[in-house]
Amino acid sequence: MDQFKYFPAKDVEEACALLTQYGEEAKVLSGGQSLVSMMKQRLISPPFIIDIKGISDLDYIRYTDDDGLRIGGLTTHRSVEKSDIIINKFPMLAQMEYTLASVAVRNWGTVAGNLCSADPASDLAPALIALSAEVTLTGAATKRTVSLDDFFVDSFETIIKPDEILTEIHVPNAVMGGGIHTKFALRETDLAVVSVATYLTLKESSHDECDDIRIVMGSVNPFPFRVNRAEEAIRGQKITDALIEKAAQTVSEDIEPTADLNGTEEFKRDITRVLVQRAIKEAVARARTI
Amino acid sequence: MENFSLTVNGEHIEAEINPATTLQNFLYKYVGLTGVKEGCGEGLCGCCTVRVDGEAVKSCIILALQVNGKRVQTIEGLAEGETLDPVQEAFLDHGAFQCGYCTPGMIMASRSFLDENPAPSEKEIRHALSGNLCRCTGYHKIVKAVLSVDPKKEIVAK
Repeated sequence: MDQFKYFPAKDVEEACALLTQYGEEAKVLSGGQSLVSMMKQRLISPPFIIDIKGISDLDYIRYTDDDGLRIGGLTTHRSVEKSDIIINKFPMLAQMEYTLASVAVRNWGTVAGNLCSADPASDLAPALIALSAEVTLTGAATKRTVSLDDFFVDSFETIIKPDEILTEIHVPNAVMGGGIHTKFALRETDLAVVSVATYLTLKESSHDECDDIRIVMGSVNPFPFRVNRAEEAIRGQKITDALIEKAAQTVSEDIEPTADLNGTEEFKRDITRVLVQRAIKEAVARARTI
Repeated sequence: MENFSLTVNGEHIEAEINPATTLQNFLYKYVGLTGVKEGCGEGLCGCCTVRVDGEAVKSCIILALQVNGKRVQTIEGLAEGETLDPVQEAFLDHGAFQCGYCTPGMIMASRSFLDENPAPSEKEIRHALSGNLCRCTGYHKIVKAVLSVDPKKEIVAK
């Protein structure tokens, strides 16, 4: 690891002031489960580190029926996994966290850190996008809320400005729907080779018809990828196995996987087709039980 | 150089360190706790697992300065005097080592897990230890050792 100057920030205001001062040369450190590892490998060598992990104001999980779920940026993965309200109201989030890296990483890593490092293999990002989440970005003199759909622009790249911190995640209250996040990985807590998150609602008039659906892929594109063609094929339609299988086929065509140690492009398309089929079928089953 | 202080295995320590020092490096080199092994150095293998305020973490990808004011426990702080922790006893009873390099991390991760879930299934143990790699591939005996830790015996030991 190369040398750097270290500044622990006691609150958001101080962190943003430091970020304004040091600009693009500074990196925000929260849990550092990606950042410190990348610094040790000298993939990046920021001269200034602004440590925000000690800002306890940003470690919270709040829920109301009207507002939905609010998760402070510095909440750990483990807190999300073990939160009773999340287990009850947003089970797909808790289940996703259970296989997001090892326990020791989940104990220290934060949700904001995961999103801001923008790893294409993030499990958190597709799950939150499937749940229509938005994030609050706080700067020295600004505060904006953006849909997580628009947050990622490339692998390891987001719209966050140099003086901003991701302070909160908001998930609107889950209406009567069912969702799942699932992944194909060499071992269950490894980085996903392919992951899919989907959330769907059924029409009140008929539990055989889809009202709305979101399908988000991870690991197979530079950043989380909403597969519009498959969503449109299912939205508003009577749900049948044949329809789901056809939609899953289009997903395998629309993704842009790259060959690596985990498999060829063709292999990943094939895994995607099967994984998406299973995910949608499970989401439908879950939606019907609500 | 930055000043910080922390508690390691019950002992208060104040130190002046280079910010680019990981917790693993600090514990191993500065404090002399050689049970805190660095394996992969990237947070994948779990050899460096220690507990911070009771929770298992990977000390090789945490900056030492980030645990300022916190409580750290390493494998050296697990036994009470001559009395080994039940997890350590179980590893001995089952011969759950080959080269031994992963052992401190395995034991710290297991201890932390068993505090949360005193009577786990084999599947739960394998999940909990999935972030700890044994290059000798001696997993079977490790899982058996953790499975054998008697929850009743632990209460007595504490």
